[in-house]
Amino acid sequence: MTTVDVVVTGLGATTPLGGDVASTWDAMVAGRSGVGSLTSEWAAQLPVRIAAELAVEPSEVLERVRLRRLDRSEALALIAAQQAWAEAGLEGAVDNERLAVSFGSGIGGATTLLNQDDILEQSGPRRVSPHTVPMLMPNGPAAYVGLEFGARAGVRAMASACATGAEALALGLDLIRLGRADVVIAGSTEAVIHPLPIAGFASMRAMSTRNDDPERASRPWDKNRDGFVLGEGAGAIILERADHAAARGARVIARFAGAGVTSDGYDIVQPDPECRGGIRAMRMAIQDAGLTGADIKHVNAHATSTPVGDMGEIKGIRTAIGDHPVITSTKSMTGHLLGAAGALESIATILAIRDSVVPPTINLDDPDDGLDLDVAALKPRQLDIPAAINNSFGFGGHNVAVVFTRP
Amino acid sequence: MATREEITSGLAEILEEVAGVNPDDVAEEKSFTDDLDVDSLSMVEVVVAAEEKFGVKIPDNEVQNLKTVGDAVSYIEANH
Repeated sequence: MTTVDVVVTGLGATTPLGGDVASTWDAMVAGRSGVGSLTSEWAAQLPVRIAAELAVEPSEVLERVRLRRLDRSEALALIAAQQAWAEAGLEGAVDNERLAVSFGSGIGGATTLLNQDDILEQSGPRRVSPHTVPMLMPNGPAAYVGLEFGARAGVRAMASACATGAEALALGLDLIRLGRADVVIAGSTEAVIHPLPIAGFASMRAMSTRNDDPERASRPWDKNRDGFVLGEGAGAIILERADHAAARGARVIARFAGAGVTSDGYDIVQPDPECRGGIRAMRMAIQDAGLTGADIKHVNAHATSTPVGDMGEIKGIRTAIGDHPVITSTKSMTGHLLGAAGALESIATILAIRDSVVPPTINLDDPDDGLDLDVAALKPRQLDIPAAINNSFGFGGHNVAVVFTRP
Repeated sequence: MATREEITSGLAEILEEVAGVNPDDVAEEKSFTDDLDVDSLSMVEVVVAAEEKFGVKIPDNEVQNLKTVGDAVSYIEANH
C-alpha cells in the first residue's frame, strides 16, 4: 500500500482557557487553570461543585435563534470547526464531494435530553421542542459541522468516551489514506456540565471533591490527587492530503504521521493497570508513522488526575517509548473534557511541536512514587520536538495514540 | 377579543423569538415558508406558542392550511 501523507492545515477550539486556539494555547503555556466553582443553584446539593466551564459563552459567537436549535455540544463543535475552516482557508478550495467530517462526542446531547424531559414532566408532550431529536442525537455535532461546510464525502460520528477525539482523528487519517476524502474536518466536543452526569461520575468516585480549592483540584500524578475535574469545550482539526494542501498553497502546521487504536478487553471502566492496550496503541501509532520510540520527544498524556488511572500510563509510556520523552498533562489546566479531550490535546501536541515548548503540568507539587519519567512540572519546558504523541483512553477500554511531526 | 392587528403583532413577537424574523417583515400577506423563511420545525414552535398566547387550539391538520400570516390571524380570530 502506498502511503498517503496527511497534514494539518487548520485548528479551532473553544475551551475553559479561551474562546479560540491562540488564547487557549497562551493560557496553557502560562500554566493557568480553567477550573472554577459551580455557582448555579443546582450545584449546591452535589458532592462535586467545581468544573472547568467555557471561557467564552457560545452566545457571544453564534446568533440567539441558531443556538435555540443546537445542543450546547453542537454549538461548540460548530464554533471550533468554523475557526479551523477559516484558518485552513478552505472556502471554495475543496470539492464538496471530497470533503468529509469525523466528529464525535463522549456523551452527546445529554443536557438537551434532560432539559426536555423536565419540560415533558412539567408541561406535557406538546411543549417538547421539535428540535429535540436533532439536538440530542449522537451524530448531531458531526452532522451540523457537515451541513455548515457542505461536506458530501460522509459525515462520521465517533463515540468512544474519553478517547473519542483522538479516535475521530484516527478515522479521519484512514479516510484520507483510503482515498475516501481529500479533506476531513475532524474533532470532538463535550458539554455536560449538568447535575446528572456530575452525580453519575461522582457516584463512581471518579471526580475530585476539592471544592474549596478549584484551581488546584486537577493534579495529575500528584500524591494528593483525588479525581478528575469535568471540563467542557470542543476542538477541530483540518486534516488534508498533503498534495491537495500543496497544490492550493496551504500553510501546513504539522504532519499527522500515524495512529494506533486498540481495546483492552479487560473492564468496562477500570484501566488495565499494566496499560497493555495503551502500550500496543502507542507502538502501533509510532510504527504507523514510520518512526521508533527514540524519535518521540514529547507525550501529551491522558492522565486525568484519578488515583487509579494516572500511574498505569506512566508504565506504558516507559515500555512503549522509553524514559526520554518530556511528558505533560494539560488536563491539570483544562480539566477533563471527556470526548473533546483528544481533539484539544492533539491541538496542544501540534502547537508544542510548532513552538518548541511543552506546556506545564500544574499542581504537581508532590509527585507520586512511581513517577519516574520527565514531566514538565509546574513550568513550561523549552524543547526541540520533531515528533510527539498524544494518548487518549476511554471508558469501554478504548486506547488511541496519535503521532504528529513537523511538516 | 383581540383585533387582527393585535393578533398580527402577537405573531410577530413569536416569530422573532422562535425564528429570528424581523417584526417589520411580518404582514398578513406574507407566507411563513416562502417570505419569512420559517422551516417546518420552527412552524411547530410558532403554533404551540400561538396556542398559549391566544388561548386557541390549532390541530395539526389545520396547520397545513396556515400558509400566510393572514391565514393564521383569521384562524385565531375565529377560534379564540
